[in-house]
Formats: sequence, C-alpha cells, structure tokens
Amino acid sequence: MQVPAQFAYAKAGSVDEAIALLRRHGPDALVVAGGHSLIPMMKLRLAEPTALIDINGLSELTGVAVQGDEVRLGAMVRHGEVLDSPVVREHFPILADAERLIADPIVRNRGTVGGSLCQADPSEDLSAAFSALRASVVIRSADGERVVPVREFHHGPYETAVAHGELLLEVRVPIRAATGSAYQKIERRAGDWAVASAGAVVTLDGDTVVDVGIGLTAVGAPHFVAPEAEDALRGGPATDDAFAAAARVAAEHCSPSADQRGPVDYKRHLVGELVTRTLQRATARARGEA
Amino acid sequence: MEITVRVNGVPQTRDVEPRLLLTHFLRDELRLTGTHWGCDTTNCGACVVRLDGVPVKSCTVLAVMADGASVDTVEGLAHGAELDPVQEGFVTCHGLQCGFCTPGMLMTTRALLDRDPDPSPATIREAISGQICRCTGYENIVRSVRWAAERTQAEQQSEVAP
Amino acid sequence: MTSIDDSRIPGVQDPAVQIHAEAETPRGYGSMKRKEDARFVRGRGRYVDDVVLPGMLHGAVLRSPLAHARITAVDTSAAEAHPKVHAVITGETLAGLGLAWMPTLSNDTQAVLATDKVRFQGQEVAFVVADDKYAARDALDLIDVQYEPLDPVIDARRALEAGTPVVRDDKDGQADNHIFDWESGDSAATDRVFAEAEAAPDQRVVTADILYPRVHPAPLETCGAIADMDPVTGKLTLWTTTQAPHAHRTLYALVAGLPEHKIRVVSPDIGGGFGNKVGIYPGYVCAIVASIVTGKPVKWMEDRSENLMSTSFARDYHMRGEVAVTDEGTIRAVRVDVLADHGAFNATAQPTKFPAGFFGVFTGSYDLEAAHCAVTGVYTNKASGGVAYACSFRITEAVYLVERMVDVVAHDLGMDPAELRMRNLLRPDQFPYRSATGWEYDSGDYPHTLQVALEKAGYEALRAEQADRRRRHEAGERVRLMGIGLSFFTEAVGAGPRRSMDILGLGMADGADLRVHPTGKAVLGISAQSQGQGHETTFAQIVAQELGISPDDVEVVHGDTDLTPFGLGTYGSRSTPVSGAATAVVARKVRERARIVAATMLEVAPEDLEWHDGRWQVAGDPEASRSMAEIAMAAHSNLELPEGVEGHLDATCVYNPPNLTYPCGAYVCVVDVDPGTGAVDVRRFVAVDDCGVRINPMIVEGQIHGGLADGVGMALMQGIAFDLDGNCLGGSMMDYLLPTSLECPSWELGETVTPSPHHPIGAKGIGESATVGSPPAIVNAVIDALAPYGVRHADMPLTPAAVWCAAQGRPLRTDLAIT
Repeated sequence: MQVPAQFAYAKAGSVDEAIALLRRHGPDALVVAGGHSLIPMMKLRLAEPTALIDINGLSELTGVAVQGDEVRLGAMVRHGEVLDSPVVREHFPILADAERLIADPIVRNRGTVGGSLCQADPSEDLSAAFSALRASVVIRSADGERVVPVREFHHGPYETAVAHGELLLEVRVPIRAATGSAYQKIERRAGDWAVASAGAVVTLDGDTVVDVGIGLTAVGAPHFVAPEAEDALRGGPATDDAFAAAARVAAEHCSPSADQRGPVDYKRHLVGELVTRTLQRATARARGEA
Repeated sequence: MEITVRVNGVPQTRDVEPRLLLTHFLRDELRLTGTHWGCDTTNCGACVVRLDGVPVKSCTVLAVMADGASVDTVEGLAHGAELDPVQEGFVTCHGLQCGFCTPGMLMTTRALLDRDPDPSPATIREAISGQICRCTGYENIVRSVRWAAERTQAEQQSEVAP
Repeated sequence: MTSIDDSRIPGVQDPAVQIHAEAETPRGYGSMKRKEDARFVRGRGRYVDDVVLPGMLHGAVLRSPLAHARITAVDTSAAEAHPKVHAVITGETLAGLGLAWMPTLSNDTQAVLATDKVRFQGQEVAFVVADDKYAARDALDLIDVQYEPLDPVIDARRALEAGTPVVRDDKDGQADNHIFDWESGDSAATDRVFAEAEAAPDQRVVTADILYPRVHPAPLETCGAIADMDPVTGKLTLWTTTQAPHAHRTLYALVAGLPEHKIRVVSPDIGGGFGNKVGIYPGYVCAIVASIVTGKPVKWMEDRSENLMSTSFARDYHMRGEVAVTDEGTIRAVRVDVLADHGAFNATAQPTKFPAGFFGVFTGSYDLEAAHCAVTGVYTNKASGGVAYACSFRITEAVYLVERMVDVVAHDLGMDPAELRMRNLLRPDQFPYRSATGWEYDSGDYPHTLQVALEKAGYEALRAEQADRRRRHEAGERVRLMGIGLSFFTEAVGAGPRRSMDILGLGMADGADLRVHPTGKAVLGISAQSQGQGHETTFAQIVAQELGISPDDVEVVHGDTDLTPFGLGTYGSRSTPVSGAATAVVARKVRERARIVAATMLEVAPEDLEWHDGRWQVAGDPEASRSMAEIAMAAHSNLELPEGVEGHLDATCVYNPPNLTYPCGAYVCVVDVDPGTGAVDVRRFVAVDDCGVRINPMIVEGQIHGGLADGVGMALMQGIAFDLDGNCLGGSMMDYLLPTSLECPSWELGETVTPSPHHPIGAKGIGESATVGSPPAIVNAVIDALAPYGVRHADMPLTPAAVWCAAQGRPLRTDLAIT
C-alpha cells in the first residue's frame, strides 16, 4: 500500500497567511494546490514534506481574465478551466491544444496552472506553451511581489524561481495581434507524458515572421525553448522551407535522453517534425485560416 | 484533525490524520466500499467520486482537503430503489463485467450528462479517458451512456407532451 | 461544453446506440441483463479489500530493490518497536516453520520470503503486521536489510552462455540457468520438407525472429487475501483473489500441512483476473502465517507496483519461425525454436505434461505436411510466472507466431495475405482434424468465417484506399499510411481431459451440483469462479434451458469451497467448456429424475413421457404434462414414488471433458500510421468469432470486446522491459500503459456458428479468443502500413518510437531498456 508519510497540514485563508504558514512550518513545508503531482510523489515517498499548506481555498488565485493587453490566469486555475475558457481559446489556442493533452479529464479537474509550473517536471506541457508565449509569472513573498519571465522561471528539473516562503500568484500572457499559436505532443497513449512536444507562436506582418516563440518539452531544452530556432526564423519568410530549416536548428540544439519513450535520434527527429507542424498550424491560425 | 465532509448528503465528522487519502476515508472510515482503489499513480480512475460536484480521483485528494465540502459516491447515485439512468444504462448495455471500474465510470459519466445531456460517442470516450477498464473494451460503456442520455431525453419529452 | 477533437478518436463511426439486453428475461439462451449487475452498479459488490473482520490486522511486504543480491543481514528491531506493529516475519521465521520455500504450479520451488539471496527486483523479503495499513507501510522503512549485490541475468538470450551467474544456486545440481527442453511434432519429417523446399527451385524457406514480449495481465483489482485462522476451531478461512478456489485449498493443505477440511477458501467478487489470479503468491502465505502467529485475521492487499513487479507475468517468448512454402503459396511445414524466459522461479501455471503450455498448436488453422517446435526454458533475474493473461496456455504465443509468419510469407512472396490464408486454411470436410502436432480440432468452417470477416470489413475497398494513400505518399504528399492486417486463429480451450491434463496432479475436471427446491426454484453450485464473466447469469441460463424454468429462478453459487463442489476453476477459457458442460449434465440428471416423478404423477411409465417445451408431457397428449415446479413440489411431497426412487430432484456430477474445444475467428484490423512520428491509430477492427453455441450473446460480445482492447494494449503499448541492472521498467501504471477509451475503436463484430460436436450444448468458450487473435491482426496491420519502407517485421509493443525505428530499418529490441 503506497500512502504518504506523516506531515502537518494547514489550510490557508489568504495569500499572506499561506506565506506566513510556509515560513512558520520551515524549509520542508510545501504548498499543495491540486496535488496531482505532489500527492502521488508523497505516496511513493519520493517527497516527504513536513507540512502541507493548502491553498485550494484562495479565491484570490482563481480566474482567467483580460487585463489591458494581457490575460491573467490565477495560479489556482484548474487545467479544465483553461481548456474551457473562451478567452484562452480566442487568444491562445496553443494553451487549449496543450491542455487537451495534459493527463486526463479527471486529473484536469483538479490539477492547476500554478502547480504544473512549480512542479517543473521536464516533461510538463504548460511550461513549454507559456515559454513559447513569453508569459511571465507573479511571485509574492513576505517582502513583496516580483514579476519573472517564464523563460527565466525554471532553474532545472523540479527547480524554479519560487523560493521557500514564496507563492506563485498568477501567470500573465501578452496578447499580440496578427499572431497564431499551436501545440502538438506525441505520446505513447492518451494521458501519458510526452515523448516530445512542441509549441509555436507566430506573429506575422504579411508573409514575414516578425516574431516567433518555440517551446519544447521532454527533450532537454533549457527553459523549455528553442531560441536558436527562433532567431533563425525571426524576420524571415513564413514558408514551409523556412519552418523546416528552423525545425532542424531546434532539433540540433535540444538534448533529449533515451528512455522507454524512445531513443535520442527519434526524439530529435520528432522535434524537427513537431516544430515544423506547429509553425505551420500557428501560421495558418495567424492568417485566420485555421 | 477533525473534519466534516458531507457524503451523499449526510455530514460525517471524523478525527483523521492529515495524510489520510479521501479514498481511504470513504472506504475505511465510512465503510463506503463502492469507491475502489486500483493504482498508486492517479492513472486508473477506480476511485473517482464527485467533490462539490466535480469528478476527482479520490486517491489523490487528502481527506482533510475535503473538509467542509460535499462528496458524492456511487452509493448515493440511485434514488431509493430507482436506479439513476446511467446505472440502468450500464446494466442494459452490458457496460460492466467485473464491476471494479464501474463506480468510477458511473460517477464520471453522471457528471458528463449533467454538463452535456446529449454527448457524442467521441465526447463520452474523451470523458472516460482517464479511467481504465480491463474488461469491456469501452464500447459498451459508450453505448450505456448514450442509452442513459436517450432515455432521459425521452422521459423529458414525454413529460412535456400533453 | 469542451469541444472534442474527433481526429484524436479512432473508429468512432456509428453513433447509433445498440441496446443489448432483451427487455424480458428469456427462458433459456439469449441476451439478458446480468443478475450480478444489480449489486455492482450500486457499489455493493464485495471484493476482498471490502471485507473487514473484527480485530483485523494489516500486512505489508518489504521487497528487494535489487534484482540479484545476497542477503547478509536483516534487522527488524526498529520495526518491531513501532507501537502499532504486532509482528515482523522474515525468511528466517518461515524457515523455522518449513515455509520459506513453496512449490510452484510447475513443480519448481519459489521463495516465500528470501533467505539466501534475492532473485528479482520486487522479491518478497519481509512481512510486517500492524494495526492499520498506514502503520504497516511506515514500518517497512524501519527494516534494515544488508545486500551484497550480484551480477544479474537479464538478457534471456545470454542466460545459457558459459560464465553467466547461476540464478538458482539454491537447487541441488543446478549449474546453469537451464530449466527445460521440450519439443512437439515430428522433427525428422519436418526437416525433410524443409530440405526439399530449400532444394526445389519453386519453393523456399521463409524465416523471421519474433519476440512476444513480457506483459502483465494487470487486473484493475490487485491481488490480496485475508487470512483468518480461528485458534479455537483450528479452521482457516481465507478470503482471497483467486480464480481457482478449490485448487488453492488443496495446495494450501499440501504446502502448509493444514488439514484440508479445516480450510475454507472464499473468493468473493473478483475485480478481473485474466490469469493473474491463478497462482498462489507469497503474500497469501505470509498472511496465513501472520494470522497463526498473531491469532487475529490479517489482511494483505498488493499495491499496483507489487502487482506489476512480482506477480505472474505472461509471454516472454523469443521465437524463430521458419516456413517451408511453394512460390504459389502452399504452406508445407512450420518449424519453430523458442527461448522462453521464465524469470527467477518456474511458476508458470499449466498442465503438468505441457511445460510450454499448448504452444504445440502453433500449426494454427492450416493444413500442414509437417511441423516441429523446440522450446527451451531459462531462469533470469526477473519476476516469475510465464503463463497468465488470457492466453489459453500459450496459444497466444502460438497464434501470434504463425499469423505473423503467414504475413511474412505473404510479404516475401508478394501475395495478398487474405489470399494466402484462404489457400491454406483447413477445409470443413477435414474435421475432425488431427494436426501435425497431434491436436484433434473438433469443428469449424474456416474459409466461411474468413469470408464473412473480409466482407464485413469491405476488404477490397480497403485495399483500393490503401493503394491510393501509398500513391500519394510516394508523390511526397503528407498522408498517413494505411495498414490492413488479418489474423485467423484457432483456439484450444476447456482443459482438459484428465488422462492428459492435470495441475500438480489434480485432474482438470469440474463438478456441479444442482438442488431444486420444492417450489421449483433451483440453486446451482459450481467450481468455476467468475472474475467478471457473468457466471451467475450464463450458468443460470444453462439450467433454465435444460429445466424449462426462468433464469431468474436459478441462483448460482460459486467462490466458496465450503458451499461448492470441487473443480479446477476459471482460466484458459474453461468455464463454459468444462463447468458449463457440468452444469448442462447435472441439469439433465435432474430432468431425468423429474421424469420419474412426473410419470408417477401422470400415472404413466417414464418412457411414455417426452420433454416438450420445457415440460414432461405424455407422448401425443399435450394436455397431460407437468412443469418443473409441479414436479419439484411432488418430489418433496407425500407422493408415493416407485421402489428405489429416493425423492427430491437434486443431483451432482463431475465433468471430465473428452477433448478440448476449438473456437476460431477471423479478424481484420485497419490502422493509420503517421510516418513522420510513428504514431498509430486503430481505425477499425472487425472480429468474426466462432465459439459454437452462444448462451448469452450479449456477454459473449462483451468478452470479445475486452479481449480486443487487450490486443490493442499488447500490440501498441504494453510491455515490460528491464535495464541491464534488472530494474523493471514497467512497474507502475505510469510506465506500464493500458489502453484507454481513446485508443480503442468501436468494435465491429460478426459471428459464425459451428457447434462443438462433443460438448453437451455445443459451446466452445470465448474468454480468450480475442486476446489470442487480435495482437497479430494489429501488428500485421502496422507492418502492412510500413510496406513502403520495406518493413517485414517489428516486435511489440509498437510504440511510436518502435514504429519509427522500424521504418528506419533498425527495429528496437523491446525486451530491454531503450538506450
């Protein structure tokens, strides 16, 4: 029987209280949001926090809303809410694409945006999608709030910019005109972690790619992005050849490892294939064709 | 710590360890053994219950996290002797064999029909895709849910008709 | 409502709802709602883990993290000091009781708790008994085991090489990892045909190396037991997840030296078995010992990793197939060499004389001049088992081998695989047919069954669509490649005739007893054990059909050795062929007793009565008849019966099958393969099964559906590989993937019916047909899709990586870690 080890538990009534509770319970206390990454790890005793601070009751962290030229997603927004959100679907089809492929519908009822980012699993899909979108996150500590670009948020597998005593509050995603986005994942079975995934965000001026974001998951891409491929494409024509060339750059620069999902050369090949496909679909969407 | 969870409409107060999983709270503390357990990794869905109406995998929710919430389990699905249409559908269309995944499937598909009273087979397949059935190959589960949807619609139409 | 991307969902085509069950209960055969479902849909099933006994304690097993290591010390003192722990049992404790080792179902030995060394990752080392399961789990962390690591034997293909470590150094005289050599067929005759084929200009020999990888049945309910040894009466009640409660009772008596009449095995509702719940596992034995030691009931339930890593796996056959064939496509002979990885203990569950199960049926559905196979079993540092998972005793492997080989032959000859099969299938006039390896097939019309499947699939139109796709692919268009795969299988189920089939000396017969109460309601006791097959319904229908009463008036009792007659249980699709036959026979005995009573009631001689429309009737006089209810009351009344007739109607019987039954089927699978990613979608699956007479067609179809989903799993995603350190890479449901609703298409079923001539009701069994028949159809479809890449074979599971690598000309070896 796999069950968690013992720990203390406290329910936070506000963000400030959550931060205070974290400080009170010491460095081995963890925040629990949806719990769908953390609790399985606790059952397997791969994680043994001394205390859990439950932030499920914090209405301050909920909601998806347009504010000015960005969309703000609260840290406690569940995956299912992202998938169902008309705002998300209008502005960021990449997020809807990705959410449809994250775990399964029941898990998506519980797992959260903030939880996924903070878990920082190297195979996590939203990290790549938000990185492609050049989103930023808001982190609060007892000393105040700071805004961190998602591309600087991940410090390595399972490590992020959120220090002990800090809480991720929301994700801010810039809305951009003439922009389309898409996400694709290859998985061995529905609900499995990615063999490889790619997300693309393309901003067009006529037939020119004026800006591009390319996110990658599960292939050892630092910060879940392919900056060399973005540089190769930016300012150039939005053609299949250019996409294929950028995809080759992305494939060269990532560093996947072999596991039961596939050998290295296959994963590298997939990066090329998926980057090409997502660039094509994102471009079609930017043009209003899909 | 002491928690109170409204289970199938009845408030249940127990003193529990924070680490107690909701599935064990239901099975061991309340002896509601209709909710099953099948894996350690949140994959199989044998443990699905509704938490404030939303289907969740109860093996991955702490009982303390459900404090103050309402939980619905398979035991609360029938209205007395009368089965819920999804239960009737599963019986009529052979949507179960060993019965182990069945409670979770029933809770998920009841919630689906509450949201979407006329789901397509594709929508049903998507809705149950986080739950493993080793016996039915899923086809008859899809048919069972369609049966429930059509039965409910037919009943509503006959109520509306003069 | 979230919009659903239908492109993700293969096979959704016909939204029309089919309602299976008839509105009214039929009198005998026919689709009817299952009696057991009333409790299951209310959450009132009663599985082992639902049972709570007063004062019950909870056990947990400490397992080895290493695949091969010597145990140098076990310190349990800290665990014993835990306030909620009642006992810690180690191999040493068991050795003191003579229970550290137990016999396996293949006459080998298996460690209950390791004493000398551990032989696979996940092996049982100690057993903790505590007040609750959380405390038991906590206490496992307090046991300190010192290991001295040894080189593990992981690659089965190297297990017999000189210098390889010896896994079973506990066995006297065991100097290597060899378990057995077994062969079947006529070696000399087969070699002669192959020599001719090699020499002849218009014949050839086609060869392929084919792996059926290790898989696990993974029923949704894991294995477990509650042992309750009553210290006063000395009676042991064991609630347990077993497919064979009577066989288990006898084995516990033999293993533990307990008197058999003081053992009651109760197998309540079982959450799926598929062969996983045939064996006796160390945890069960530990729970029994723990109950004896503590004087209290002890429950032990596996977690999922324990289930996947330590209980009976299936397959793991490394096969080389050879076919001698003419250039026109007449298959003359088949030769097979198999290396069978049995893991650390030879615990494979199969009839004693069949160390490779019924693999001898590898000649399949074809008329061959000669055939021969040789199987060598080896030990490795992996979990034990070897036959489980709806395989009909290795017929899964046999059918996969021959059906894959037929497609390889078709590939090499450039022939259509349907045409090649049609050319070589047995003809109906050849039945009963004695195969080249000595099996007597009872009945079938194979060409007809294949024809029905091809027509249902629209085979020619599919081939035309495929040709179009290939043209577009070759023109550089980005299209998914389409594959069409066939299989034609012959099953051999219902083990078996006692003269040739036994398990540890227990003949494979099954009993039935039927009691008819005075009001005509009946209670049937059977030895078969449902794990979801619906015996409470189907077996009631058999009785109802024989006695002219309603299935609603028949209660079926099973799963309690104190209440039911002896028999070997449910596996190998044997419930209907053996236990179902016993049920028909015992009901006919009751009917004959009723005839005597009815004759007395009607004041005629028994031979003047005829059984008509469910009643005993005076021949030629429809007015003069009696129903079973009337007869039953009379049989219990003061009616004066003839001299020597006892009264009442109850009867018992034991059914010893004269032969196996041979279901067959023709399957057509259509897949779409993305050549850019290797991703496979099963678009359609057409299954035409012939299982003889169908008692409850709804239940039969349900059984087929489940087996087809199993096939999707095994062909595309299931598979347990090991790294060279012996780490199991399929030890959780995150790593061992089971198919979901999104990988399974909407199954398209058809049927043909050729009754078994020797079965009392002509039924053949269906439980495993689809699991046996579907993997080759799916794999053949994927390989067919990859024809533009020149692919001839690739091993399961055909994950996207495996498909892509095959298309690159370097297929993955799927039994080992991908590097």
